[in-house]
Amino acid sequence: MALTRLKHMKKTTRSNLITFGIVIVFYLVVEALMAGGLTSSSFEGQLVPICAYVVLAISLNLTVGFLGELSLGHAGFMSVGAFAGVLLWTVLGKTLPAYVALPLAFLAGGLVAGIFGVIVGVPVLRLSGDYLAIVTLAFGEIIKNIINACYLGYDENGLHFSLTDAASMGLAPDGTTLINGAMGITRITKASTFTMGIALVLITLVVILNLIHSRTGRAVMAIRDNEIAAQSVGVDLTRYKLTAFVISAVFAGFAGVLYALNYSSLVARRFDYNTSIQILVFVVLGGMGNIRGSIIAAALLTVLPEMLRGMDDYRMLIYAIVLIVMMIFNQSPQIVAWRKRVAARFTRKKGAPAPQKEVA
Amino acid sequence: MQFLSYLISGISLGSVYALIALGYTMVYGIAKMLNFAHGDIIMIGSYVIFFAFGSFGWNPVVSVLFAMAVCTVLGVTIERVAYRPLREAPSLAVLITAIGVSYLLQQVAQLLWKSDPKSFTSIVTAAGLKPLALFEGQLVISAETIVTIIACVIIMAALTLFVNKTVPGHAMLAVSEDRGAAQLMGVNVNATIALTFAIGSALAAIAGALLCSSYPSLSPTTGAMPGIKAFVAAVFGGIGSIPGAFLGGILLGVIENLSKAYISTQLSDAIVFLVLVVVLIVKPTGLLGKKVNVKV
Amino acid sequence: MKKLMSAVLAGAMMLSLAACGSTADTTQSTSGSEAATGETTASATPIKLGGIGPVTGGNAQYGTAVQNGEQLAVDEINAAAGYTVFELQFEDDESDPETAVNAYNALKDWGMQVLLGAVTSDPSLNVASECVNDNMFMLTPSASAEDVALTGPNVFQMCFTDPNQGKTSAQYIADNNLGTNIGIIYDSSDPYSTGIYTAFVATAGELGLNIVAQPSFTADNKSDLSTQVAQCQDAGADLVFLPIYYNEASQILIAANSRGYTPTFFGCDGMDGILGVEGFDTSLANGLMMLCPFSAFGDDETTTTFVSAYEAAFDSTPNQFAADAYDCVYAIYQCVQDGTINGDMSASDMCDALVEAFGTMSFSGTTGENQTWDENGMISKEPKVYQIQDDAYVLVGEE
Repeated sequence: MALTRLKHMKKTTRSNLITFGIVIVFYLVVEALMAGGLTSSSFEGQLVPICAYVVLAISLNLTVGFLGELSLGHAGFMSVGAFAGVLLWTVLGKTLPAYVALPLAFLAGGLVAGIFGVIVGVPVLRLSGDYLAIVTLAFGEIIKNIINACYLGYDENGLHFSLTDAASMGLAPDGTTLINGAMGITRITKASTFTMGIALVLITLVVILNLIHSRTGRAVMAIRDNEIAAQSVGVDLTRYKLTAFVISAVFAGFAGVLYALNYSSLVARRFDYNTSIQILVFVVLGGMGNIRGSIIAAALLTVLPEMLRGMDDYRMLIYAIVLIVMMIFNQSPQIVAWRKRVAARFTRKKGAPAPQKEVA
Repeated sequence: MQFLSYLISGISLGSVYALIALGYTMVYGIAKMLNFAHGDIIMIGSYVIFFAFGSFGWNPVVSVLFAMAVCTVLGVTIERVAYRPLREAPSLAVLITAIGVSYLLQQVAQLLWKSDPKSFTSIVTAAGLKPLALFEGQLVISAETIVTIIACVIIMAALTLFVNKTVPGHAMLAVSEDRGAAQLMGVNVNATIALTFAIGSALAAIAGALLCSSYPSLSPTTGAMPGIKAFVAAVFGGIGSIPGAFLGGILLGVIENLSKAYISTQLSDAIVFLVLVVVLIVKPTGLLGKKVNVKV
Repeated sequence: MKKLMSAVLAGAMMLSLAACGSTADTTQSTSGSEAATGETTASATPIKLGGIGPVTGGNAQYGTAVQNGEQLAVDEINAAAGYTVFELQFEDDESDPETAVNAYNALKDWGMQVLLGAVTSDPSLNVASECVNDNMFMLTPSASAEDVALTGPNVFQMCFTDPNQGKTSAQYIADNNLGTNIGIIYDSSDPYSTGIYTAFVATAGELGLNIVAQPSFTADNKSDLSTQVAQCQDAGADLVFLPIYYNEASQILIAANSRGYTPTFFGCDGMDGILGVEGFDTSLANGLMMLCPFSAFGDDETTTTFVSAYEAAFDSTPNQFAADAYDCVYAIYQCVQDGTINGDMSASDMCDALVEAFGTMSFSGTTGENQTWDENGMISKEPKVYQIQDDAYVLVGEE
């Protein structure tokens, strides 16, 4: 009964339900395995980062896959979100109960990342192509350099701030240092859990999938496919571009908070252009505009370097080779055509119809 | 005098960025791809020179020529194996592959030559060139800086001549303008792009020689940050434009060093990137970039 | 059919779990009997040592030195004892705080009982908090940030803390009138460097030292360090304090030389290794002073044995990273010989025993005699000041 209903559903709705299904089934299976004590510490330790990277990949896919603009500064939004969220958590976590302080920390992370999204987006979205890419990269690096040089603390005289060194902050001896320059924030009370991570993934999916299938989403994709045509039929370019960009930044901020609260220390140089590129790799490998692909690619590529630990010195070498081979295998037109031919031959033998093209 | 000395060290750094940026912009202009592995080809070239010159005691010029040959082979091979299969794929796919190649080269270098940094003996001073002293020795311009700037100018002129005056150069222009149309006109697109990579990689070897002569620390990650900075420089000047890469590189080096000297060393990178952002917002195709008219 | 399958699977799982339970019981009982006799026999269970550090990426040279130092000590101890006292598993963290936690978890799955890591500060901070949660004994060879040891009672350091180094350096410079105008070049993006810098500036202020220039660099703009050198020169600094690692220091020495600038250079333990930089003109380092607990040129027996064994095994001169790592293994070995720990103890029991032992014990190794740890897990050892003269370290002072 349920199956037949599924069959008659709209294709996009069905596809979305499958995506949700994958996440929920993954969660239930992992929880069951953990309850049975069948998972390794190594695997358990990666669950929260996986969720954070999945959220990052989905949100970046909104900019890269649906808006069609290459952003190399996604880690910058993650960074400001993480710092804002953790600061709030450090300050409020002591006085307020966790169920109040935590959501507030997430909101703060998302809000601050969103504000930065507007600040960056307004000038940047006037550019296009590689120029836009390089400016987002520049913003990511600016954020990293500023936070790295930032000293923030408080004592009975109020907040103290410096961009030079700890001494010039002028903090009283009994004051508390919040951000200690290159040391970042230390001794964070860890709060992230796998359940929280999955919840954030599901929220991200609900918001972004709905957005894509809404009027706004169609406008955004129209801009991607042909900017001039979209403009000529009255699509407000700036508004829709900015909407997509800012929402993408907000979720990067949420993911940053989730990620940061999983560890006891937080440093800005963790969020450099390499991290932005890493997230971009998830999106491209999973397929631009393919949300489910992003999820799977983010999870697989996060786990992969850990699975290669047995290779010792050759670990990152093999990772690099796997990355290149996967890209060619997934994206090269000749190989994709060859794969389709092979797949078609196999499926036809079993009497099934030829495989359909992937849909978001 | 102090200001002049900071300015000169800025130009010195900038000329190195410019040299790297020339290779970047060359490949970008014709193959329309950001070759993120360019910095790592520079690193490989530097190692080759380090061993040829430092360990085997070859003549500095011969060492550089040998490194150019090695890098050319390497660049063409990478293009053939990793980039050509993705020629028709979305441009982002090639970008990611280039990043993969960049990781790969760093890992290979580390396995071959260990991670301990090596101190590179300047091939410029080894070739017997002396620094230039001005104002009774109050202002010294190092021989490396002079050679780097001269090399930049020669390469810039040679590239411009090559592209505008020779048949393969015209083929490059045609490919850069419209790949499909060029193919229809009988241009061998694959060969032209391979040639572009060959030239870009040979330039990388020269850039490596001069980068490590000026800033003598060599490790598997040596090429990464200068590579990114040079990429920024190329965009700054207007990517695809040969004089733009030169101008962008020099300006980037000067801004970086002057902000280090007068504003804040911690924030000098932030300032460099901020200037870049401002320039691109005012002039969206870089300083000397061509304005592209979009047709519907 | 499916039901049958699942029933069979469930049965098999139950059996295997039961089997696990019973083996666990037997090991516990043997360990009990052994503890009772109080003797380590030639067939004692090996103790599983875990190591974490960057062996790929930009900081790989430090991680590799630590890995080599630990491996050398483990091999020596096993060979001397005639049986496997220690097993060492070393995991890469790329100097990345996230990967370090992954490496830690992988080691836990392997059965690690004591952690000798991590190497760099940010990864160590994250790993330290995991160790405190799990009650796993952590002894880091080289993560010198104060916050690492302060994370918890079971986190110990083999190296000086950063503030300690900065303070001692300033004290030594003031006591010996090494310079009147002091310049500092430090890495503002590195916790190690900023930690020493902050303490140095504070102490220098108390002692009335005159700091005339304090330029810094970051990991992103360190290819050109000549501007920073020029700033010190223009400010008239006659002593330049370099709380940085040897690689960047070698670049600074080259830049100073090309400008004809010859102040006294003074570094900390990160400077050790500068003579080993391949291709570096070591004559430029002549006169360089450094505060460092270890010197490969030391003539005591422990040092000479270590240096010759290391050179034979790895074809390079050990630096203080390798020496501290080597000492870490021997410090644990001292506890094995005392009977404090043995391979049959759980990681948590071992941790409790080691915390107690480290609180009272005194250890002598390649990085110092009679070293002790305070209640925070920070080490106290004799800082030594060396000067490079004709390609060798000469001991010039002990504070």
